[in-house]
Formats: sequence, structure tokens, C-alpha cells
Amino acid sequence: MRPTPLVFKVITVAAFIFLYLPIITLIVMSFNGGRNPYVMEGVSLQWYRELVTDGELIAALEQTLIVATVSSLIAVVVGTALAVGLARTTRSRSLEIVSVVPAVIPDVVQGIGLAAMFTLLAVPLGLTTVIAGHTVFATAFVVSAVRARLATSDPSLEEASRDLGAGTFTTYLRITTPIMAPAIVAGGLLAFTLSLDEYVIASFTSGSTSATLPILVYSRVRFNLTPEINALGTLLIVVSLVALVIGARWIGRRGKVSA
Amino acid sequence: MPAQKAHWQSRSRRRARAGLLGPGLLLMAVLSIAPLVLVIAYAFMTRGRFGGVVPGFSLDSWARVLEPIYLGVLWNSIVVATITTLLALAIGFPVAFVISRLPPQWRMVALVAVVLPFWTNFLIRTYAWVVLLNDVGPMNKGLAELGVISEPLGLLYSEPAVIIGLLYSYLPLMILPIYASLSSSEREIAEAASDLGARPWRVFRDVYIPLSVPGIILGGIFVFVPSIGNFVIPDLMGGGKSVLLGNVIRDQYLTARDWPFGSVLILVMLAILVALFAAQAVASRRLTGKLTR
Repeated sequence: MRPTPLVFKVITVAAFIFLYLPIITLIVMSFNGGRNPYVMEGVSLQWYRELVTDGELIAALEQTLIVATVSSLIAVVVGTALAVGLARTTRSRSLEIVSVVPAVIPDVVQGIGLAAMFTLLAVPLGLTTVIAGHTVFATAFVVSAVRARLATSDPSLEEASRDLGAGTFTTYLRITTPIMAPAIVAGGLLAFTLSLDEYVIASFTSGSTSATLPILVYSRVRFNLTPEINALGTLLIVVSLVALVIGARWIGRRGKVSA
Repeated sequence: MPAQKAHWQSRSRRRARAGLLGPGLLLMAVLSIAPLVLVIAYAFMTRGRFGGVVPGFSLDSWARVLEPIYLGVLWNSIVVATITTLLALAIGFPVAFVISRLPPQWRMVALVAVVLPFWTNFLIRTYAWVVLLNDVGPMNKGLAELGVISEPLGLLYSEPAVIIGLLYSYLPLMILPIYASLSSSEREIAEAASDLGARPWRVFRDVYIPLSVPGIILGGIFVFVPSIGNFVIPDLMGGGKSVLLGNVIRDQYLTARDWPFGSVLILVMLAILVALFAAQAVASRRLTGKLTR
């Protein structure tokens, strides 16, 4: 094999510096002793202390966790069923497209569309409407993950189960579901993480009392910046890392069992 | 009685199908398709006095798209999204290429390292750049101490800052598809070509580039599409100086309260996206034809 051009190696190293420089800056600045979020003045844990006693922030975190949990749970149930239905009971291309529209449509369009509809139907904006907005794209992601898994699995396993006398639902429960398990977990985790992070749709569908964490972070970054945001950012990075490691290990183990 | 059994089976299967498809399709119809239809319909109505719309067909909002200020925003958005996409390609291709040639055990580590920043909070990621690029922030201080600059770069709250922010957020979406297309089984073609004595540049031009084109096109769409509709990064890093299509759409709905015009702009954006996806479909069909020939 030919050697890789030197320019490519240089660009790659530069790209990784580009990817990690802001994150490292943020982590270092979170231990700032001073009040200025841009200038390091001594080392302290004061902003972490501030963080755990910040009532507004803790309330926003609670809202975010509720939204992410409820929307990804609904998405896992409804999305898995939809994916099985699409893969095994119909050949309709248009139903397939309808099921993944929310994953490809720009978030600003989805958010405005929902806001316009809720206004038209006089649905009060609040936690429920945010959950509704997140459930849609979460379901689309679960559908794509599970569809991809089903496309590569062998349908004759299910046929064998039915030939041996198991009913349709028994077969889905006993055969199809275990096959899909890694994809369901991956899709669900993806939906959960995306929801934790989601700002645009939430900003259009939340009322004044249902600020999620991204909404609060956004307003703080724009109007009331303190190093506390650096500390919060660092904690969120640690949480995402832990979730990623757990998820990857779990999927890796499941993948080995079913292979 | 086989006929009766078949009938029973088909009825139970029909019920299973309804049970599987029903809830999901209902969800999509109510929360995805209906809002989209509503936004499209609003583009053909007149604005209400306090937001909302007045029912009745009208094309008034469409003429406004041609006003110089909005044509300017549209052009600016396309330029910013295009520059971002090209930069992502210029960085993403070499990275994907280098990763695809790593030993297998390191490939996975490198890929995770590419995706990792993507898993951290989107707003926090953008905000980290606000800290980094600030006139009194670490980058300007570091460069000044090294003697590279005598004055702060003044990068933050400018159009280049917006491009940096977009590039940072979407670079992994360019790297991954190119990596996927480069590491496909057809890479053996490249080895065969160089074994047969082809010069490195010819192998590159005639094998690697065509192989990676599907990935490049897909990555291009993945970067361009969220860039053009983004309003958070221009808000936080452009300081109101760089206004993109996403900002104008958001403002029409939230502050200007001109929903029909906002909807017209949404349709313009969707038209650009549909054109891109159509071009991608045509290009990839041609390419697969070429490679199998």
C-alpha cells in the first residue's frame, strides 16, 4: 500500500486539535477563581459549588430529564412497532418516507410547524408540548435504527417460528424483539441524548414555565454569562462520555451474543 | 378447512399490521405531517394583525422574497453554508483517508475520537468557542504572549466566527460518510492499481476520488443542510452581524409576527434542500453505474 501523503497527516493532526481545543479550554476555565468567564484568575471549585445550589438550573435539569425520558420511552415502543410493521407487513415506500421525515426536516421547520399547530388548536404550551415535539424526531431515529437491523436479519427465523405454530404476536415478542434489541437500545440512547441536547424545537414549543436545560443555557450565554456555564459544560461533557462508554459496551456485548 | 384457516390467518395478520403501524403512523400524521402542511398553507395566506394568519388565498408574501434585503440574506446563507461545506471537505477528506489506513484496532479509536465532541451539548460546544475566541480570551492571550499578534484578532462576532462554529459542529458529519465509502471493499481496487504500477497520483485521481464521491456528496448534504437553517450559531457567534436564513425565519415567527412570510422563507429553504437531495440521488445513480461498468 502506498504511504499516506504528509499533507493529509498534518491536516488530520490539526483537525483533532481543532476538535478538542474548545473542549479543553472549557474544562480548564471551569476551575476559574475569578468572575470573568474568559480570563483565568486562580484555581477554585467555586463555580461547581454555585452550580449545585442554583435552583433555576436544577429545575431546568429536571424538566430536561423528564422530557428526554418520556419522549425516548414512547419513541422506543412506537418506533419499534412501526419499524417491524414497515419491514414485515407492507411494501409501501411512501409510508417509509413518512416515518423518517422528522429525522431529515430542519429543526426550525419542525419547531415552527408545531408551534403554529398548537396555537391554532389553542393547546397551551408547556412540558407536554415539548415532549410531543421531541417524541416525533426520537421516533424517527428509533425507526431508522431498527429498520437497518431488520434489513440485515433473516426473516426465515420468524417464518420458522410461525410454521411451528407460534402466533403472530408471540413470534414478534419471542423472535423479532431479541433480534432487534441492540438496535432498539442504540436508537433509544440516541433519542435520549438528542433530546437532552435539543434547543430549537424546545424553544418553539415550551411555555414560560417549562424551560429545559438547553433553553436556560442559551439565555444565560446570551444575557448573563458567568464561569458557572463552564462548570456546567464540563459536567455535561463528563455525563455524555459516561453514557457513551456504557452504551458502547452494552451494544458490543449484545452484538457478540447474537452473532 | 384450509380456506377458513387462511382467512383467519389473514385477519389476524391484518390486525397485527394495524397494531404495529397504527400508533406510529398516527404520531407522524399528527405531529409531523400536519404541522408541515399547516406551514405550507400559511405561505398562501395574509398575515394577521397580532401574528397568526387571515384565512383566504393570497400570494402577497411571495413578492417580498424578491426584496433586495431578503435576496441578500438568502445569498449570504448559501455562501456561508457553501464555504462551511467546502472547508469541511478540505479537512474531512484527509482525516477520513488517514483513518481508513490506520491499523484496524486504531481505526475504531480514531472514529470515536471524531464523534466524541459531537456527543457533548451543542450549545456548550458553541459557547466554548465564544470563550476561546473572545478578545480577552485564551487564544488571543496565548498568541499575544507568543508574539504572533500585537492586537486581538477580533474574530468573535463576525462572519468567519459563524463559519468556524458551523464547521466545528458539523465536521464529523463529513468525515464519517467519506470514511464509510473509502473503507468499503472496493479499496482493494486501489491496491491492485498500485500493484500494477499506477502512479500514486493516478491511483488517487482514478480510484480513491471516484470511490469516495458518494461519501463526499452525502457528507456535503449533512453539513450544508443544518448550516443553512441554523440560527443558534449566528446568534451566539455572529453577534447579529451575520444574519442567515434561519435567523430571518425565526424572527418572522417570533418577533415580526409575519407568519405567512416566515412560511414562504421556509418553503424557499425546503426547495433548496429538495433540490440537493434530488441532485444527490441522480449523482449517486450515475456513479454506481460508472463503477460497475
